[in-house]
Amino acid sequence: MEWVVFIPAAALAIAGGIGVIAARQPVHSAIALLSVLAALAVTYLVLAAQFIAALQIIIYAGAIVVLFLFVVMLLQFRAVAGPATKLPRQRAAGFVFGALYLVILLSAVLAAAGSFQPAPEGFGTAQQIGESLFTTYLLPFELASIILLVGIVAAVVLGSRPAPPGGAG
Amino acid sequence: MVPSTAYLALSALLFTLGAVGVLTRRNALIIFMSVELMLNSVNLAFVTFARQHLSIDGQVAVFFVLVVAAVEVVVGLGLIVNIFRSRETTNIDDVDLLRG
Repeated sequence: MEWVVFIPAAALAIAGGIGVIAARQPVHSAIALLSVLAALAVTYLVLAAQFIAALQIIIYAGAIVVLFLFVVMLLQFRAVAGPATKLPRQRAAGFVFGALYLVILLSAVLAAAGSFQPAPEGFGTAQQIGESLFTTYLLPFELASIILLVGIVAAVVLGSRPAPPGGAG
Repeated sequence: MVPSTAYLALSALLFTLGAVGVLTRRNALIIFMSVELMLNSVNLAFVTFARQHLSIDGQVAVFFVLVVAAVEVVVGLGLIVNIFRSRETTNIDDVDLLRG
């Protein structure tokens, strides 16, 4: 029964992933990325991670992809003519090493695969994750808030125009 | 029931797609989206292992990955916009002052 959900989601995720790296226009990459994120949110639901699925939609699809789209709009890309890479045969080497990497990665993760037991009641709810965050992971949680603060300050500093020389800072 | 093998294979495939994107594309924004693709594939592996071991720790790890990814996108896009302002390009081959 779960296959009915998993196969379309996986197909959409793979198609979106190919779209991200194959699209000519960055805006098409962003839309493809959005489809990957939505498909992965569906797989999270099947994997009993309701809260993470909601976060995925809100943070990734809602905030991050919108940010990407804003920057794509801001930058007004000119059509880039031709593959102007400075390293020769970079593309071919990328595909070859990518394929080798896939083999290594598959052998590593499939060795760790196991069977699923039925999930207990309340597994993956916001309550359970919240309890874990505020007990076991309290220190990382507080550090995450500092990281967010650093991100906000960095965005303000990077986004502001440089001060004119000789100005009062 | 879908075995964890299927989820892990999907995760590995998406990670490889992201890695190939970083290696083959020259547009800084698309490279950045490929990095996001890799982060998401790792999240899928985390959630799969959390389900397999019935331990919530994997899902908490995804939470932290989400936080760091959000900050990383903000800082990275700010850098890309600044590079575009000063050099009128997002092709990373044009930004090579550190090249030996």
